[in-house]
Amino acid sequence: MTPADLEFVAELVRRHAGVVIRADKAFFIETRLGPVARREKAPGVTALLDQLRRVPDPVLTRAVVEATLMQETSFFRDRAVFEQIGKVILPDLRARRGAAPLRILSAGCATGQEAYSLAMLATDLAAPAAVEIVAVDFGSFPLEKARTGLFTHFEAQRGLPIRRLLAHFDKIDENWRIRPDLRQMIRWEELNLLDDLSGLGRFDLVLCRYVLSSLTPEAHARVLDSLDAACRPDGVLVVGAAETPALSAAFSPGGTRGVWRRNPAFAHEPARTQA
Amino acid sequence: MNKVRTCLVVDDSRVMRKVAIRIVEQLNFEGVEAGDGLEALTYCRAAMPDAILLDWAMPVMDGMEFLRQLRAEPNGDKPVVVFCSAESRPERIRLAVDHGAAEYIMKPFDGDIIASKFEAVGLI
Repeated sequence: MTPADLEFVAELVRRHAGVVIRADKAFFIETRLGPVARREKAPGVTALLDQLRRVPDPVLTRAVVEATLMQETSFFRDRAVFEQIGKVILPDLRARRGAAPLRILSAGCATGQEAYSLAMLATDLAAPAAVEIVAVDFGSFPLEKARTGLFTHFEAQRGLPIRRLLAHFDKIDENWRIRPDLRQMIRWEELNLLDDLSGLGRFDLVLCRYVLSSLTPEAHARVLDSLDAACRPDGVLVVGAAETPALSAAFSPGGTRGVWRRNPAFAHEPARTQA
Repeated sequence: MNKVRTCLVVDDSRVMRKVAIRIVEQLNFEGVEAGDGLEALTYCRAAMPDAILLDWAMPVMDGMEFLRQLRAEPNGDKPVVVFCSAESRPERIRLAVDHGAAEYIMKPFDGDIIASKFEAVGLI
């Protein structure tokens, strides 16, 4: 992969997903695009990109952007955050909302480990059926995998306590599949976070982790606006523990690093209050 | 308190012990080894380790029998025991957990998995 190839891919990703690719990611991008080249029967990544330069096929463009953005993730990533969600945030929201269903958004859900971790925590609540999780991602491949709820031997061991594995998964050959009752708690949506998210409604808890820090300043601001609008006035927003997004004054630190509470005294933008 | 903590790696495969010891040393444990349950028990009677990474199927004394006998020893409730075995049938794993294993790793494993399991039980 030449520097020109890298710049070409970086520009595609910037344009279509608002994501900035760092120069030191060249090797990693080549690894990601290898399978796309094979699928397209191109002799290599450079040939694949040449093909795309000649004919800007939107389907192939999307496949390249999607493969480049693919995220490594694990169950209960940033353990302390999930500890707080399970022990404090969810019980507190449940008490405040009474019988109304709790709504949770997993924005940039990748292969679904975050959404399934939330579903597992929700089963600890008194009325788990009244929790609705909406998980969105840009990529159709990761979403397809997420939907199956099927995880490899290695994935099923990363971050997942053995008691949770036994309680919530069935062993299928060498893989582990999350049980139907948890799968049914989650709705998967293929959606670019740069697009209008208002159709998803408002959420008590919004998670968007390890997405914001990779965005261009414009995309960052736009996604933050959407997340604020997606958050109920007294909701909670969770970003990556190491991330420092440019949040508005409506949000204040809510305990564990990455957790932010929304202050209901701050009204939503008028145009967006009809959720 | 700066005392270096010890992790006893119990496995009948020398190669497996070597791999596991390198990983636990990266997690700042002093790695020590035993080739079966009886050897492990002898080690524990002399110096109780902080953590034990325990294979199940081994000659002389298997992991489950070792765990039973360990818990009957003075201070035998102290070490955090993490099974590390090729056994992956859910009902067998449940048995190990019911007998006091804090965590369970299915072989094959990698450094990330050991680190995440050690973190889950508060060892790191």
